[in-house]
Amino acid sequence: MKADEVEFVVEVCRAAAGLRVDGDKIYLIESRLAPVARREGFGSIREMLISARQRKEEKLLWSVVEAMAQGETCFFRDAAMFDRLRDEILPQLAVRRATGTPIRIWSAGCAMGQEPYSVAMTVEEAGAGVLACGVEITGSDLSERALEKAQSGLYTQFEVQRGLPIRLLPRHFEKRDELWALSPRLRSMVRWRRVNLNADLRNLSGFDIILCRNVLAMMTPEAHERALGQLVQALAPGGYLALGAEEPSGILPDGLIALDGGLHRLDPAARAAA
Amino acid sequence: MRTCLVVDDSRVIRKVARRIIEDMGFEVAEAGDGLEALAWCRASMPDAILLDWNMPALNGIDFLRQLRRERGGEGPTVVFCTVENDLDHIREALACGAAEYIMKPFDSDIVQSKFAQAKLL
Repeated sequence: MKADEVEFVVEVCRAAAGLRVDGDKIYLIESRLAPVARREGFGSIREMLISARQRKEEKLLWSVVEAMAQGETCFFRDAAMFDRLRDEILPQLAVRRATGTPIRIWSAGCAMGQEPYSVAMTVEEAGAGVLACGVEITGSDLSERALEKAQSGLYTQFEVQRGLPIRLLPRHFEKRDELWALSPRLRSMVRWRRVNLNADLRNLSGFDIILCRNVLAMMTPEAHERALGQLVQALAPGGYLALGAEEPSGILPDGLIALDGGLHRLDPAARAAA
Repeated sequence: MRTCLVVDDSRVIRKVARRIIEDMGFEVAEAGDGLEALAWCRASMPDAILLDWNMPALNGIDFLRQLRRERGGEGPTVVFCTVENDLDHIREALACGAAEYIMKPFDSDIVQSKFAQAKLL
């Protein structure tokens, strides 16, 4: 790739999704974009970028951004966080709420669905009190393609061996040819939504738990700060925000208290004061 | 140093698995089938066993059943590692006391993640 092509990719990603793409890692950019160019019927990345640039094709530009936004994912990433959800946070949330108001959970940047489905499996094990209250899980991602795959609930043998304890495989999955299919019951626990964390998120609010792990770290400092602020706005008072266990959180917005393991909590009194 | 017995009739698989498991800090011994593994365990119980299913002489699941009846045979944490990838085999392995189950082909990430889940790391 030539310098001006790299620069174009870096700028498109920044403008569209607040994504921080390192222009020095040309190999990484090429390895992400080559499959997109092939899929879209171009002979090379260069041809694709020329077309995207000249004709300002929205769909093509998004394909580029989505390919650059792909992160690593697996079931039950940072397993300790899910244990804590099951043993502590979900039961406490269930005790404190009025009947008929479900616990609302948002998995932001959920890629191919492993995170929201891990949450669904955790909810199932969190006890009768939590199940009685009802739980609404929303999985969101920038990529329509990732969401389609997430919604299908189909995973390769390789994918189900990443993070998923074997006892949960017979419990929640069925083998379908060479793939593993998640049970319809678990699939029905998650609703899906395309969300760009760099856009205006004011229509998302009242979540008791938001998981946004290892996503903000991929953004530019400005976009990171803005997205973090918006996520906090989307929390219910006393709500929890889980960032990646090893992820630097940056400067925390007012009222957000850091616990450990990437977990944060919005001060229950913070919203009332603001 | 903790010990792991790698039981597989393929010398190539044993070699690959040995390298991965040694890198995780285990001392590794090898056995080519269930009978050989049983003899090894009677001499000295390992902390962990990576166990193939289909082998001559004594297969993996029969070895596991027999192991659990041996003196000290409740001790080792057993992780299956086999081409058998249907739910019946997985359920049977869990019922016989396996802690984890790897479906071949595997790589070091999978072995590491499964050993972690079996609380071996």
